[in-house]
Amino acid sequence: MAGPIIRASGLSKTYRISEKQPGLAGTIQHLLRRRHRDVLAVDGISFTIEPGEIVGFLGPNGAGKTTTLKMLTGLIHPSGGELEVAGHQPYRRQARFLRQITLVMGNRQQLIWDLPALDSLRVNAAVYGIAEAEAQRRIGQLAEMLELGQELRRPMRKLSLGQRMKAELLAALLHEPAVLFLDEPTLGLDVNAQARVRDFLADYNRRTGATVLLTSHYMGDITALCPRVLLIHQGQLFHDGSLADLTQRLAPCRQVRLELADLHPPEAFAGFGQLEAHQGHLVRLLVPRAQLAERVAALLERFAVVDLEVSDPPVEELIGGLFRQRDSSSEASQ
Amino acid sequence: MSWAWRVARALLGSQYALMLEYRAEIALWALSGVLPLIMLGVWSGSGAAAAAGLSAQQLSHYFLAAFVVRQFTVVWLIQVFEDDALQGRLSPFLLQPLSPLWRYLAAHLSEQASRIPFVAVMLLAVGLAAPGLLWLPSAGALLLGILAIVAAFLLRFLLQVLVTTLCFWSERAAALDRLLMIPYLFLSGLVAPLDTFPPAVRRLALATPFPWMVDFPARLLAGEPVNVALGFGAIAAWCLLLLPIGHWLWRAGLRRYSAMGA
Repeated sequence: MAGPIIRASGLSKTYRISEKQPGLAGTIQHLLRRRHRDVLAVDGISFTIEPGEIVGFLGPNGAGKTTTLKMLTGLIHPSGGELEVAGHQPYRRQARFLRQITLVMGNRQQLIWDLPALDSLRVNAAVYGIAEAEAQRRIGQLAEMLELGQELRRPMRKLSLGQRMKAELLAALLHEPAVLFLDEPTLGLDVNAQARVRDFLADYNRRTGATVLLTSHYMGDITALCPRVLLIHQGQLFHDGSLADLTQRLAPCRQVRLELADLHPPEAFAGFGQLEAHQGHLVRLLVPRAQLAERVAALLERFAVVDLEVSDPPVEELIGGLFRQRDSSSEASQ
Repeated sequence: MSWAWRVARALLGSQYALMLEYRAEIALWALSGVLPLIMLGVWSGSGAAAAAGLSAQQLSHYFLAAFVVRQFTVVWLIQVFEDDALQGRLSPFLLQPLSPLWRYLAAHLSEQASRIPFVAVMLLAVGLAAPGLLWLPSAGALLLGILAIVAAFLLRFLLQVLVTTLCFWSERAAALDRLLMIPYLFLSGLVAPLDTFPPAVRRLALATPFPWMVDFPARLLAGEPVNVALGFGAIAAWCLLLLPIGHWLWRAGLRRYSAMGA
């Protein structure tokens, strides 16, 4: 297929919600005369994704990430805008479209809880029209990539959270979808299990060329997998580009950590940068990017430095700071 | 092997395996479906059946047959659908190229298959407790009775699909189903054979889908004289009426679906 595999233009979604005041009076009023309010969950976002890309979808809770994913998969109808995924309008949910996509939700499961995963996989193979021998081959291959073996023969309820997530991924990929929508696929997993799921997704993308759109609250997932990120806030697209570009945009300063041989008062660091932390021999400064080399040289000359590290501030802190700043400015303007 | 046959086999196989996991629960459900046996006790002691022209044997055969029909026409679609929709389990099913309704249908059929041994044991217990009460229907009556039970189940399932689609508009559509239980109980023949109804009420009942869900198959199994063509024709007519309405409501409902909980 030539051109983008996902194309969203002015995509929006408005939910109509009823509101109820607390207490008996509120309950009676709610019963007799219901009040509704329109909530704009997604506000005219536009983006395209090329086949084979892995794109991270970032934003705080309630930003509109999951609503966008639901529109992209066809679970809900958009209120406005245009949307095309794998050559189809998702909300029409044609079988040819559904065979090309998959949605994995870290907090939901499709496999039957009280049966071994293999029973559900057999149903999925039949539903997607995969020949039995081919289904066996794919199950074997995916199980090997996911390091699953006898676990597939045990009831799902007896598996650990990590094993269940891997089995869910196997089920979601059995029909070899061209587009993967992953909503918090590492939610609740321990660090090792998160790393294994990330490695698997990167490997799967390399092998099959599948397109991946991933939401996650774990920045580790995003930094490990996504060369490109879409940052959404209050239903609007704030950034579409690389994580490095985002960091540069959000953080005009770099972080300089120093371990000093001697103790110095905070005033000693005036003129070197913004003092972020000062604990005994450890000091953290924020220094403008343009003056980094000059300031670091001056620090080395002025103090007896045991260790020095220059880095970008953690991206989750930058994003969190940005959202807090935007939230407070939008409240102030109201 | 066609796609549909393979899907049916896989769905029924997995759902039957699942129902066997819940065998203790299913035994309790089977036990809870003894209303016709209770009604048999009530009617036997009252003498009202004789006044309506039914012999003691006709009465006992009818209620035992109604007990069997009830066991194999239980539909719980709305409860499980409502729960799946609220808990977000419906969304993954909606993203597969197969309507979730086929999964629920397979679950019902599998549950009924897993009930067979429990119902057989309960009938055996009735036979041991009251040896004269059981009878062996003729091969023809048995075959027609089974077909009528399957048809009655499909009609009941379709009717509940209609109410179930209301879950897309209301988060508590199961309450509507409980409302529907009242006409079902009284007009289907579960609490009294239709022959005992006053003529006007009987005519009213026959104009609804309910008597074809219990009274018709029960009378076939009990060996009562029944207009077979009328019974199957009425079920077919109701199904043909409900099918397009259910299809339209389902599609309209999906447009409203907000995928809550997912």
